[in-house]
Amino acid sequence: MREIHTSAIADAVKKLCMEANYALEPDMLRAFDRALATERSAAGRQVLEILKDNAQLAVTKRIPYCQDTGFVVCFVELGQDVHVTGGLLVDAINEGVRQGYTEGYLRASIVRSPFDRVNTGDNTPAVIHVDVVGGPALKIQIMAKGGGCENRSKYKMLTPAEGTEGVKAWILECIKTAGPDACPPLIAGVGVGGTFEQAARLSKKALFRELGSPNPDPTLDALEREVLDRANRLGIGPQGYGGDTTVFGIHLLAYPCHITSLPVAVTIECHAHRHKEVVL
Amino acid sequence: MITVGADGIKAVVPPLSDADVESLTAGDRVRISGVLYTARDAAHGRLLPLMEAGQPLPIDVRGQIIYYTGPSPARPGHVVGSIGPTTGGRMDKFTPRLLSLGLKGTIGKGHRSEVVKEALREHKGVYFGAIGGAGAVLSRFVKQLEVVAYEDLGTEAIRRLVVEDFPAIVINDCWGGDLYADGMKEYARE
Repeated sequence: MREIHTSAIADAVKKLCMEANYALEPDMLRAFDRALATERSAAGRQVLEILKDNAQLAVTKRIPYCQDTGFVVCFVELGQDVHVTGGLLVDAINEGVRQGYTEGYLRASIVRSPFDRVNTGDNTPAVIHVDVVGGPALKIQIMAKGGGCENRSKYKMLTPAEGTEGVKAWILECIKTAGPDACPPLIAGVGVGGTFEQAARLSKKALFRELGSPNPDPTLDALEREVLDRANRLGIGPQGYGGDTTVFGIHLLAYPCHITSLPVAVTIECHAHRHKEVVL
Repeated sequence: MITVGADGIKAVVPPLSDADVESLTAGDRVRISGVLYTARDAAHGRLLPLMEAGQPLPIDVRGQIIYYTGPSPARPGHVVGSIGPTTGGRMDKFTPRLLSLGLKGTIGKGHRSEVVKEALREHKGVYFGAIGGAGAVLSRFVKQLEVVAYEDLGTEAIRRLVVEDFPAIVINDCWGGDLYADGMKEYARE
């Protein structure tokens, strides 16, 4: 049994929160350059150039890329040969969020209750998903999830008869209705199958795949490419000012499902796609 | 006051008159200088009952521009942290009443409702878009910042900003023009 102390977990989460908000991952920066090569709209190209400048400024000045520094969504893979010592795993993660957001000059965007709406002041708590896996390692993936795009995420229970074409149409519908509100260029995380909550969870998890990388399943990869191409024909463009770059990527995860069901959840993610991970 | 620069970009300096607003059309690029007030969901929620009761607001909105934003905290020695726009549509419920009180402009990102677009026509108002997610770049145009109301709301407090050449684009003008609709029509390929 390998022991990992909660202080090491908190420290790791703190660093992930700060770095995610200052430094976009290279896959995002490459997506800006790829889009600049194909975008026909002058206004769209200008937006993409400004976003590149924004990324550069954020990382050099250590100022958040976006003022909405997000809801921390945390996926943990806890090896079953790991023993967390010094307290609770969840408390350690929230402590890391607290430290990262207060010491990193990141915005506190979480209210303690959806009803009384009093800000918690330190961006806690995180949304935490834990999977127990084999081995002696602890993997922590965090996403600083923006609210504007999250508000455009949607779920639909399709029928098996609606099939693959129904899934494609629903993803496109979600992208179209997200439009300028969600800060395009967007990324769509798609969870298909499982149950109501499993599809939603997969739609978030799917966003951690490297942008521009193929789906390991060739059939799903073809589906993603087709939907991406069709989405970029909608004309919404960067920031919705019109153009060819509405979506940077479609990332789909599938799971077995019931004979009656075809659940499809679409998490809408903006160009401020801030994600980092660490293995302890 | 609005003047047109040599590069075709319009310089916008509040307070704005009806004639100023009438000179703007969807797609116009602008540089805003002078005072902006920040307000978003929670601050609007506090302004509404005051407006309903006919009571004075903590800021005089006549001729002014409200920027929908909740900035991130400033590092020591800085004016502000990251400060990009939030989604304007969430303020749709409040905007017509503010326009009726003389507010001339709002800055955000994303669609506004038909009711707001109609109120822009009726009261001579304009909706500007700033680049969502470009909060680090946009912070460079903010020269002064002061909390003027609802400090307990933290990032959602009403702040008085002084900006210089803050870049924006006209999304909805007072003539029914809509950049989002025009842009999509121009580039749609199916």
